[in-house]
Amino acid sequence: MTNTGIFKLAIASGKGGTGKTLLSTNLADYLAQKQAVLLADMDVEEPNDALFFDAENKVITPQYKMIPDWQSDRCTLCGDCTRHCKFHAVIRLGDFVMVFNELCHSCYACSDLCPEQALPMKPYRMGETSHQLLNQLQLVESRLDVGQEQAVPLIYATQKYIRELENKPAIQILDCPPGTSCPVVAAVDEADFVLLVTEPTPFGLNDLKLAVDTMRQIDKAFAVVINRQGMGDDAVENWCENEGVKIAARIPYDRQLAEQYAAAKLAWRKNTALRKALEELAVLIQQKQVQYA
Amino acid sequence: MREIIVLSGKGGTGKTSVTAALGVLAAGKAVIADCDLDAANMHLLMQPEVLKKEAFFSGELAEIDPEACINCGMCEEVCHFDAVHQDAEVYDINPLRCEGCGYCEVVCPTNAISMHVRRSGDFFVSTARTGDPMAHAHLDAGADNSGKLVAKVKEEAKRLANQHQRDLILVDGAPGIGCPVVSSLAGVNYVVLVTEPSASGLHDLKRLVEVLQQFRLQAGCIINKADLNHDQAEAIRTFCFENGIEMIGEIPYDTAFTAAMIQGKTIVESDNQLKQIMDKIYISIQHKINVL
Amino acid sequence: MRIAFTSAGTSWEAQIDPRFGRTAYLVLFNEETAQLEVHDNSAVQADAHGAGTATAQRIYELHPDVLITGNGPGDTASKALKNLHMRIYVEAHNMSLKEAYEKYKKQELKAL
Repeated sequence: MTNTGIFKLAIASGKGGTGKTLLSTNLADYLAQKQAVLLADMDVEEPNDALFFDAENKVITPQYKMIPDWQSDRCTLCGDCTRHCKFHAVIRLGDFVMVFNELCHSCYACSDLCPEQALPMKPYRMGETSHQLLNQLQLVESRLDVGQEQAVPLIYATQKYIRELENKPAIQILDCPPGTSCPVVAAVDEADFVLLVTEPTPFGLNDLKLAVDTMRQIDKAFAVVINRQGMGDDAVENWCENEGVKIAARIPYDRQLAEQYAAAKLAWRKNTALRKALEELAVLIQQKQVQYA
Repeated sequence: MREIIVLSGKGGTGKTSVTAALGVLAAGKAVIADCDLDAANMHLLMQPEVLKKEAFFSGELAEIDPEACINCGMCEEVCHFDAVHQDAEVYDINPLRCEGCGYCEVVCPTNAISMHVRRSGDFFVSTARTGDPMAHAHLDAGADNSGKLVAKVKEEAKRLANQHQRDLILVDGAPGIGCPVVSSLAGVNYVVLVTEPSASGLHDLKRLVEVLQQFRLQAGCIINKADLNHDQAEAIRTFCFENGIEMIGEIPYDTAFTAAMIQGKTIVESDNQLKQIMDKIYISIQHKINVL
Repeated sequence: MRIAFTSAGTSWEAQIDPRFGRTAYLVLFNEETAQLEVHDNSAVQADAHGAGTATAQRIYELHPDVLITGNGPGDTASKALKNLHMRIYVEAHNMSLKEAYEKYKKQELKAL
């Protein structure tokens, strides 16, 4: 897909709280013992990955989206902008035009099509991206400003930020938002392979089915990781077998692991079962890297 | 009519299980609305009988008529979403990328591009196994989870409440703090927050509460898996106290929580400590909305 | 005085539509001519985004002196309406237009 020698692994799930962050942070830290790894938190509404690492040497970059800025002196009040905007982000009220930043999708139509150039685009802050280097691990995290509703522009801005980094590790792990709608599709867009994290419960299975549907629809190669194995029933295992969906790893149910996660501690060093799962995933990643190189 | 929404910020804190349990406790009085469209799970516990199903459309999608297209490439040039691609000389729209802004339609010199409404899922009106009316939906894979479908589910819930003379609407909300959450807050009287004592749980709760404050909404908090981490639980209690959020209950880490789910039941349907706790939570929520 | 209502229907007996942006109709009552003018808002209702601002624009074009609605406009629409020198009354839901108008006359509606 990328053909740049970089392997991008997305960690996603239909249901929230199944262990995406647990897996992303532990896997990234585990792999970074041997090689350079980039971990990117794409769950911009509620980013959590950075909680698991020391907050040293953080470089913060504000992220902007482009929105039109009305110039009253040039405007002839023709109303073209209002007619062109499908999102009702630009409205004309008598002798003035109002722009609603939160509604704007940055399509540029009003700006480019204004006959008087009265709506030049200007940057508008939507959130920020932080970047830090922890030995061999590069951590990139984007967070949407509270009050901003659109996650997708910031997800794309984060991908661009990563593309433009000078030192790009050959392995990039993308911790995605939960769900199956547009933010997830945007976040896995550039991934070479997707791991879908689920739990062996009816909720886990229902949402896994939706996530698998989505991956098939957008033509992404994927495998499943079952977290909290043993906590519920066998329905996820059975469904995967019937559907021919590969289970790449299983992380056994363990209250101690949940406690470690709660305290924002990386658990793989102490938890042999988790480490075993990570070892299996490391092998899978190596195989896929060769395949995609 | 009172409307209660259950929210969590972080996913997987037990929000849907708690909402369903409240639904069982309020049987005969409530309308249930599942607004967590991205991972709609309420139906697994409420086993609704579907009475009405209809396709739901939201937003627009550009379409190129290959007959009229002269391959000038204007559409690709103006598209800021990378949604137009040329494949074997023919221009095509990637529906997953298209935002429906219509810029390409305006600039196309041969009017080869037209905008069409976009299907985003199915919408249902049902009867839950509690006998109460239920409004819910199923989002298509990769669909735009704009606030519109959330608004539609809530609107239908209100209509059902009027029709069946119920004075309570119980809404299962979405995780996060984005569009679907903000949409689900319109007309809400009281917010029930379900969190867990983890660094992520607290972090996400704080961001959610900031949003609620913008809407000047009253909220109460439930800590699920409360004994998982003492320090984090304490930090949540302190945060809630400082922000005028009442603690309305704490649920211990209990395997009965998952066991109930596997049987398609809620946590108040077998005799255990969870039922006693939920009974108390239900009473304090009732008290809360009666004085509001 | 020109009084606008967000309305679920097209007559005095219709209920106030509690929604601002996605109101089914905008009904305008002109006190001077005693006429009721009905504007269908279903085109806006169907939009995925920005219903609030779109309805604010339509209301502007009707030039009312007073707006009577239910939940009240959201943050974005409020910003638009602030510039319109119009009195806004909220929480008139569960009333017919007629009841809401009578309450307005008795100054019993909540001003925004």
